[in-house]
Amino acid sequence: MNIAVLVKMVPDTAATIRLNADKSWIETRDLNWVLSPYDEYAMEEALKLTEAEGGEVTAITYGGDQSKEALRKALAMGAHKAVHAKKEGFTDLLGTANALAKAIQAGSYDMVFAGFKATDDDCAAIGPMVATLLDWPCVTEVHKLEVGGGKLTAEREIEGGHEVFEASLPAVVTAQKGLNEPRYPSLKGIMMAKKKPIEETEVEDVEPRTETVGFEYPPERPEGRIVGEGAEAVPELVRLLREEARVIE
Amino acid sequence: MSVLVYIEQRDGVVKKASLEALSEGKRLAEKLGGAVHAVICGASVDGHVDTLKQHGAEKIFVQNADDLEHYNAEGHLAVVAEAAQQADAKVVMVSATALGRDLGPRVAAKMQVMILPDVTEINPNGEEITVRRPVYAGKVHYLTKSKVMPVVITTRPNMFDVAEAAGAGERVELSASYEIKSKVVKVEKSGGETLDVAEADRIVAGGRGLGEPENFKVVEELAATLGAAVGASRAVVDNGWRPHSEQVGQTGKTVAPSLYIAIGISGAVQHLAGMRTAKTIVAINKDPDAPIFKTADYGLVGDAMQVVPALNDALK
Repeated sequence: MNIAVLVKMVPDTAATIRLNADKSWIETRDLNWVLSPYDEYAMEEALKLTEAEGGEVTAITYGGDQSKEALRKALAMGAHKAVHAKKEGFTDLLGTANALAKAIQAGSYDMVFAGFKATDDDCAAIGPMVATLLDWPCVTEVHKLEVGGGKLTAEREIEGGHEVFEASLPAVVTAQKGLNEPRYPSLKGIMMAKKKPIEETEVEDVEPRTETVGFEYPPERPEGRIVGEGAEAVPELVRLLREEARVIE
Repeated sequence: MSVLVYIEQRDGVVKKASLEALSEGKRLAEKLGGAVHAVICGASVDGHVDTLKQHGAEKIFVQNADDLEHYNAEGHLAVVAEAAQQADAKVVMVSATALGRDLGPRVAAKMQVMILPDVTEINPNGEEITVRRPVYAGKVHYLTKSKVMPVVITTRPNMFDVAEAAGAGERVELSASYEIKSKVVKVEKSGGETLDVAEADRIVAGGRGLGEPENFKVVEELAATLGAAVGASRAVVDNGWRPHSEQVGQTGKTVAPSLYIAIGISGAVQHLAGMRTAKTIVAINKDPDAPIFKTADYGLVGDAMQVVPALNDALK
């Protein structure tokens, strides 16, 4: 079974995000970049499947030179190959999805995995968009998966419960937390990743259909206060919730 | 310039989040100088036509089929695409629920148009639409503009008001064809009265400060008294104390309840990002220097195992 995994670098989720001087983008100096956490689940699931059934994992990323780091991380985890759909500058979601779908079509894969969203732009759109462009079935936000006999059974959370889907292969699956415990890259894996070749593919230049207007900080919360210490402060807290905040009866 | 809104229904009930999208769709259509239409599909959804009419839909595109009862992307996508074509929709709106997050991007890809996902504000200007999107789990907001129509927009639940305003409500029968490649074989509901943390108006959340998993019972009891959902910090989910479905924060859910009580949660940046838009935040923590106290409206310094049962008794 050959599997493609879509990967991307994002700022560490522990980071405080600051904006640049004219608020046209985030301030990227001093940020620690990591493989998007959900992409780690996607990578782990693909590696587990190929370890059990044979085949290769190909990591694919889209973007400028610095996005290549996502491929090094994926190779360090154990990916066999890496493809860089290379393009500098701003691209909209549709352009990104079209380019990734093209890169997938250039290979021969039984499945595509992706994190259900990247923890930077929080779009959660690329996986299902790519699936639609490939005309493959897709289950998104999957936290439990079984693959066998040319089909998959996948569980995803919905409001107040979960749904179990069946789909035929080839298929796209986007990974939610809970799917697995991603492995840490071994030292050997990290060393090997530096030597593995990264294939570059051409990406069509398309005029973006969206543009960035700017960024804002969310409204500041008014300064809070300490009501008191221990159980003795409970009556005052209850009074404030009733009479001041009016959030309880 | 017409707006088409996909209406989600489960178990015979139209989702409130879809009525929010329909109401915002109507406001958007008025600014664009057009009409708002709704599209709904399922095994038997005619009973909802009146509800959609009351919320402003001019045309209501309906397709009934047994294999549309549960969500399947191929069927629901074909129905929306057919309705979008018939309505000549310039904007297609879907609420960003679990279903909508799956369906919205597919509609955009199929129509080869852009998607503006999970927006909290929509401002049109001619053919251009500027939206606000919380990004980095809400640490900052991104303002982005679509320059080309049509466009797909998914709306974040609980951010737009529902308004009743009767529309013409003309029912239009659809007969979109599709080939099903994925289907729901089972739906399991969470046990009993459990509220989903993403939809709850009140949340009582616990963290590592509770000491051990068994101590979460004080969180559950307080939640039961308040009719609140139980939430959890990343630390306790990673430790296996609580399911991921309860996690609030950057790798969990972003929530905006009217009351959020954080118990034994220190207030890591990634957690604060997920709950900072709550109307009122209460923090209970034994460490007076915990960062959560800077974000909370009301802080109480103390041992959760004493304070929380006392609070529960006082509220009963």
